[in-house]
Amino acid sequence: MSVDKDTVAKIARLARIRVEDSQSEALAGELSNILGWIEQLSELDTEGVEPMTSVVSMKLPLRDDAVTDGGYPEEVTANAPEAAHGFYAVPKVVE
Amino acid sequence: MAALADLTIAGARGLLGKGEVSAKELTEAHITAVEAARPLNAFITETPEKALEMAEASDKRRAAGEAGLLEGLPIGMKDLFCTEGVLTTAGSHILDGFHPTYESTVSRNLWDAGAVLLGKTNLDEFAMGSSNMTSHYGGVENPWRKSGDNRPLVPGGSSGGSASAVAARCALGATGTDTGGSIRQPAAFCGIVGMKPTYGRCSRWGIVAFASSLDQAGPMTRTVRDSAIMLRAMASYDPKDSTSVDRPVPDYEAAITGDIRGMKIGIPKEYRIDAMPEEIDALWQQGIQWLEAAGAETVEISLPHTHYALPTYYIVAPAEASSNLARYDGVRYGLREPGESLDEMYEATRGKGFGAEVKRRVLIGTYVLSAGYYDAYYNKARKVRSLIARDFAKAYETVDAILAPTAPSPAFGMGDKMDDPIAMYLNDVFTVPASLAGLPGISVPAGLSQDGLPLGLQILGRAFDEETVYRVAGVLEEAAAFEAKPTFLAA
Repeated sequence: MSVDKDTVAKIARLARIRVEDSQSEALAGELSNILGWIEQLSELDTEGVEPMTSVVSMKLPLRDDAVTDGGYPEEVTANAPEAAHGFYAVPKVVE
Repeated sequence: MAALADLTIAGARGLLGKGEVSAKELTEAHITAVEAARPLNAFITETPEKALEMAEASDKRRAAGEAGLLEGLPIGMKDLFCTEGVLTTAGSHILDGFHPTYESTVSRNLWDAGAVLLGKTNLDEFAMGSSNMTSHYGGVENPWRKSGDNRPLVPGGSSGGSASAVAARCALGATGTDTGGSIRQPAAFCGIVGMKPTYGRCSRWGIVAFASSLDQAGPMTRTVRDSAIMLRAMASYDPKDSTSVDRPVPDYEAAITGDIRGMKIGIPKEYRIDAMPEEIDALWQQGIQWLEAAGAETVEISLPHTHYALPTYYIVAPAEASSNLARYDGVRYGLREPGESLDEMYEATRGKGFGAEVKRRVLIGTYVLSAGYYDAYYNKARKVRSLIARDFAKAYETVDAILAPTAPSPAFGMGDKMDDPIAMYLNDVFTVPASLAGLPGISVPAGLSQDGLPLGLQILGRAFDEETVYRVAGVLEEAAAFEAKPTFLAA
């Protein structure tokens, strides 16, 4: 699988990572190499094999649908680069 | 003082118990050792004041007859575990200044057991790497050097700071996390013991997430007994981690009986890879002889999908990472780079805050999960993962444990393999299969390379059968009688 500069730009956009034009050529090469290498999985016949969904066999535990935590917005936002009145502050999102 | 930092956990526990040394004295000796080892760059944050406070509190508890399993023992904490009020970086620029307001379950368990925090150890950024070279805080030096060659070597990764600190005698033990070999490979490179328990044995709550279906915490120590002591304190059932398993934590130390007579040990033929260096193969053969001499029976087994484990891992792990790392958006923690719109702010923050390897993996993960590729890559990898787990399950119908090398080479030079991601990934060829299957594995220092560098052998076990793993590892350790010490010792 070969990845070109346009594909790098597209997935970088999906991943919300700014990639400078000067890096995208090199990155396209690296990603192509890695994807080419993982492509070898296609030689394996996996017809009828269930994909792994649980690493060790166990039933996912359920708990009561009740609030068990919260009520301290100042702690939750303590590490925010910008916070005000118990909320996170971000650049304007509605024009 | 020097002798105090050279103790084992079991040895220090004995001296503390008899009142021959106080937790404060032991901690002071280790604080001095941590300072002496600064050239290794094993710690991102040192916490000497906190360590002394914790040690004094420990001495009071002991005087009151309330000693826990690790009472008064100074340890290092991989900087991937959130520690309340103490800078937690995950080795990344994007977590600049992050001081968690909560404590990870594993570190909480350790403090409840009486352990003392010396500091937060260096690691590959977000635990992504096998050399510790991807840390925003710089690479870590391995305290070992090749004989007759003074060039610095990597400690392995991602738990490289923990491995280096324990090998150099700055800490009695340290925590690690293992996603594809990040405890076992650095343990092998630094000549110490590294245990990755079964997936679900230690809570992942409060550990900065990399690949959630693979991440597992474990101890890094200088002996197998120390590993067993420390794991018992780390492990627990934790309702806050839905994959944590609700079963009692055994006394792992009691499992080290020295008796493996009649046990069946599998030798996987697919682990004899083409590029296997002669000295690694020779050590493996030696390991087989040691276990046979102790009364075990070794049998060749087949794990037919071994060859596909690494490519499977490099789909599953980046896919999960791309999802887990979405939370670093410049809003909730750490770094924020300005942008005109919210999207521009995200892109600028993540473009600046993530290093090259993290970006590569997030992009690969995004790609394999994107529309049109999800089935071909991600679902395919999850199916192959089932086949790999099935290989092990079948093998464990006839054997009790598996013996294999830990890594395909000894420690390499700082800066080597940096321009070839796939060559770096191949470091984990022997550790990744058990990670994918969620199984426990331990690396035990078993010998020296021709250049005088430590080499490890790995014992793998059945799910939640850490006791058998420890029993076999104890025998291996005794037979190997590994007593070589690193070139650099802090104490």
